[in-house]
Amino acid sequence: MSKELLDKTDIDRIITRMAHEIIERNRGISSLCLVGIQRGGVHIARRISSKLKEIEGREMPVGTLDIALYRDDINVRKEQPVVRRTQVPCEMNGIIVVLVDDVLFTGRSIRAAMDAIMDLGRPSAIQLAVLVDRGHRELPIKADFVGKNIPTSMDETVTVQLTEDGTKDSVELE
Amino acid sequence: MSLRSKDLTGIKDLSAEEIGLILETAAGFKDVLGRDIKKVPALRGRTTVNLFYEPSTRTRTSFEVAAKRLSTDVINIAISTSSVVKGETLLDTAKTVLALGADIIVIRHNCSGTPHFLAKNINASVVNAGDGTNEHPTQALLDLFTINERKGRIKDLDIAIVGDILHSRVAKSDIYALTKLGAKIRLIGPPALVPDCLKDLGVKVYTDINAGLDGADVIMMLRIQLERQGKGYFPSTHEYFRNWGLTAARVARAKEDAIIMHPGPMNRGIEIASEVADSSRSVILDQVTNGIAVRMAVLYLVSGVQG
Repeated sequence: MSKELLDKTDIDRIITRMAHEIIERNRGISSLCLVGIQRGGVHIARRISSKLKEIEGREMPVGTLDIALYRDDINVRKEQPVVRRTQVPCEMNGIIVVLVDDVLFTGRSIRAAMDAIMDLGRPSAIQLAVLVDRGHRELPIKADFVGKNIPTSMDETVTVQLTEDGTKDSVELE
Repeated sequence: MSLRSKDLTGIKDLSAEEIGLILETAAGFKDVLGRDIKKVPALRGRTTVNLFYEPSTRTRTSFEVAAKRLSTDVINIAISTSSVVKGETLLDTAKTVLALGADIIVIRHNCSGTPHFLAKNINASVVNAGDGTNEHPTQALLDLFTINERKGRIKDLDIAIVGDILHSRVAKSDIYALTKLGAKIRLIGPPALVPDCLKDLGVKVYTDINAGLDGADVIMMLRIQLERQGKGYFPSTHEYFRNWGLTAARVARAKEDAIIMHPGPMNRGIEIASEVADSSRSVILDQVTNGIAVRMAVLYLVSGVQG
């Protein structure tokens, strides 16, 4: 049995709030770069970016980051993770990178993503924005911008579906 | 999706989907090559052994760079300085290499089928870097990657392969790979080096280079192995160039945006004119760079399949 926790309107409101929080925290968006983690994070990053444009009137380029080659379970998994493109729109040196993902869980993806970014340059700071924080961290990692905290048990699954990939916008718990 | 086999012995055994997977993965690795830090930790702790029974600089170096960019340790074994000259068999050499901790063995051998034999008899992944006159799969994969990068597709392209098709493992792998992805192939060369029976592979055969190049999208040149000279395949290198060498006038018969490829090393003035090799249509140096990305993809993908 799956339960819909967030619908299209909820997600849109959340993204609006997160965009405002990002602007407030960084006093504008002039030295920012949004980088989405492949693949769910990329869609969220693009949505935050268009929201930032509505508010600040400036185009905000979005980078895509693939973390397959930095994962810590590469020797444990049965199959190699799929390698996707990493493309960042600007130099990663001296800017604030806002890393975007759909669900924050163990924190291992974020550790891999930070390593991947450090190989691209030396940002002045990395901040983390996630649509859903479902708890159960295995590493000392905390998000700066959280869309929705959803308490879960380990055996539950949080599914973020977005129109870019699926049929509708929703967050479901099963 | 993943590869079905722990080894890459040839293109013949790959499905179109598997070729597609390797090319997509290579695109991700090409991004890595463009960075300041051209290295990823993906295969940290693994060991790759380059076992080369034939002299090779570019393929061996390309595999070595690819393996290092993936953070594996690389050991090069050049056979001329190894115990093979003392009479050790291939399987004994391979087992010794395994005992040293190899996870992937990259092998080049002058006997066709050597990688297949090794793949069946050891647990490590075996990657074919050229076996006799059989196959050179990673060369074909990098050719496909380069064509796709320039043309955006492989399907329905007219691709002319020019030279010594008969002895070329590169041509064989290219023919298998390109037909699997739906390209149309023309083979061009002296009658003795492009026998008519090759038509059975589903390709067109030309002995007249001008007719063969008409409207081609891609021109793939092969190296004329100078050791074939004086064996009756073609009269002389001079005459070869006059009849089958790629000159600017002949390139003009292909499509306006046709690209020119060569697996290297080139014999300038024998199979290809210098002005053509250095022209803006030549993608020969792109092939070298793409070779690293494609070999990274192959090493990465085969090491994910359990032996």
